[in-house]
Amino acid sequence: MKVTLFITCIVDMFQADVGKATVEVLERLGCDIEFPMGQVCCGQPAYNSGYVEESKDAMKKMIATFENAEVVVTPSGSCATMFKEYQHIFHDDPIWRPRAEKLAAKTYELTEFIVDVLKVENVGAKLSGIATYHPSCHMTRLLGVKDAPMTLLQNVEGLQFEPLPNAHNCCGFGGTFSVKMGNISEQMVDEKVDSAEKTKADFLIGADGGCLMNIGGRIERRGKPIRVMHIAEVLNSR
Amino acid sequence: MAMKIGEGKFKDNVNKNLEDTFMRGAVAGAQERLRTRRLDAAEELGNWEEWRSHGEEIRKHVLDNLDYYLHELTENVQKRGGHVFFAETADEANAYVREVVNAKNGKKVVKAKSMVTEEIGLNQILEDEGCEVIETDLGEYILQLDEHDPPSHIVTPALHKNKEQIRDVFTEKLEYKLTSKPEELALHARKKLRQEFLTADIGITGCNFAIAESGSVGLVTNEGNAGLVSDLPKTQITVMGMERIVPTFEEFDVLVSLLTRSAVGQKLTSYITALSGPREEGDADGPEEFHLVIVDNGRSKILGTEFQSVLQCIRCAACINVCPVYRHIGGHSYNSIYPGPIGAVLTPLLGGYDDFKDLPYASTLCAACTDACPVKIPLHELLHKHRQVIVEREGRAPISEKLAMKAFGLGAASNPMYAAGSKMASAMMKPFTKNDRISNGPGPLKAWTEIREFPAPNKERFRDWFKEHEKGGGNQ
Repeated sequence: MKVTLFITCIVDMFQADVGKATVEVLERLGCDIEFPMGQVCCGQPAYNSGYVEESKDAMKKMIATFENAEVVVTPSGSCATMFKEYQHIFHDDPIWRPRAEKLAAKTYELTEFIVDVLKVENVGAKLSGIATYHPSCHMTRLLGVKDAPMTLLQNVEGLQFEPLPNAHNCCGFGGTFSVKMGNISEQMVDEKVDSAEKTKADFLIGADGGCLMNIGGRIERRGKPIRVMHIAEVLNSR
Repeated sequence: MAMKIGEGKFKDNVNKNLEDTFMRGAVAGAQERLRTRRLDAAEELGNWEEWRSHGEEIRKHVLDNLDYYLHELTENVQKRGGHVFFAETADEANAYVREVVNAKNGKKVVKAKSMVTEEIGLNQILEDEGCEVIETDLGEYILQLDEHDPPSHIVTPALHKNKEQIRDVFTEKLEYKLTSKPEELALHARKKLRQEFLTADIGITGCNFAIAESGSVGLVTNEGNAGLVSDLPKTQITVMGMERIVPTFEEFDVLVSLLTRSAVGQKLTSYITALSGPREEGDADGPEEFHLVIVDNGRSKILGTEFQSVLQCIRCAACINVCPVYRHIGGHSYNSIYPGPIGAVLTPLLGGYDDFKDLPYASTLCAACTDACPVKIPLHELLHKHRQVIVEREGRAPISEKLAMKAFGLGAASNPMYAAGSKMASAMMKPFTKNDRISNGPGPLKAWTEIREFPAPNKERFRDWFKEHEKGGGNQ
């Protein structure tokens, strides 16, 4: 199957390894990967801060860039949600709304795509240790992808699971919230890291670059030994 | 006390409250209990999503036909011999209540829990007239005794206090000599409050839902105090927000089912009271005179706007009980009697952006609130709408942020600029980078790196790797 990759700006610039893992996992599952070099940021940072007009050009650019894709796959629940949000943002725009609707209909988050479209539940990954999983807010609540990551992770050979206490609570990222309301964000991410420590996990796994940058950055600052991994990296472990 | 409960800036409130480990422990514990109980109660009911949709439909229908139902309610209250007063502002509502109290020569007023009377600051007005005003909801009673400590939650107003703190308040104010056991505390308060009920001249209640077809006021309590407030004093006054109506008892049933489960995880509260006007011939109890004060105070201005759905709210606080921001900063940080996500949406609408423009930013837009709302108010979307209004319509965003976002708009949307910027990033950040980490970042990164490490931009971006990968034949 031909898959057009929406890699997200965070992965492109800061987490290239997550991008590589995404490509390798999908290729191993028989996908033919295309990466349009015209892709930019989905516009979410400005949009969520209230700058709707300022973010529309980026959105239009993305809609146009992915217009000819068969399916769009992205290793981020939050950015996939944003692609699905475009149709509402351009609700009153007779030209861009239908184009945005088409994009929304063919966009999938990575684990959702593997489980629901490719119908694969075991990608043959191996990783030994104890893991806990942070379900990202946009991915679970807005995109509605709850089970696919766990389905895939439970089939990773050697991985033992410990549930994350209060997993449903946001990690405190929230885009610009993380710097605008830094002191609140700090308390939220600290609680998340404390919860992860309680599980005695070797790995904290997530499916969203933003949340992982936040949690991982805090773990590093505190000097704790938990390794933060994107789910694509876990699924690519051999 | 009016809607605004403090003069401090939001940031200062947050800094102060983050230090309050007692409060934070109490809030986190309460959140976990209430969340679990709500989920259990929803599951036990079954078909929760259908119930939510039904609740949403009822609330939307009433808001879309509010004029009709207000008219019907008024007619039916009057038919039963009650008086109805429409107050456009808080002042008008307070003035009317004051007149009624004075006309009855009322000296002692007992009150059942009511957020709208807090919103309009009624207690203060009556106290200024020389009345003794006694809150009879246990939580509100504790706060009133504690030098009018403001509520920090709309259902459990004293949530920020633990039982030891409550014992101390009782010891100081009520000659209490026992322990911090909740049963002993409650029994003591009950004894004290009984005397107040029996000697009060006026009873004032809020209203969970008014039932238009019968002209009744529906009240939900766990302490039975609303029944005593309305039955014992000769004059009863009910103050309600103008949107709190249901067409018939059938819809009342649906909304109460959603309310009690969402608020406290109960199938029903211990008492559900429907008050229908003054005592009629043959009635064993009830007030001789009944007044219904219907308060607008900014609500009609929300009708017909993009914020209308906030008026669907049934004040269950499920959104507050799941909010990860409220969890850490507590209710008092919001400076409003309406805290948490619902407060952050409603307060700026009722009280204006001058005092409350920080509130819509006190959210990660994680949507836990939207998910929990039993009448499907898209709370996180409304928080986002506020941000848009603040930036685009009100022009109140800081200049530096505006410039940054403008630059973002240009940079993110243009492929050459994005490509060049992302390529240069690694070299630009080199002076700040150590072991692929930035610990003390410049400019906008400073706030981030005060708390966490920031990853150094990759020297080889993903797109660079992919180009090479593709040359190598990709999958082949």
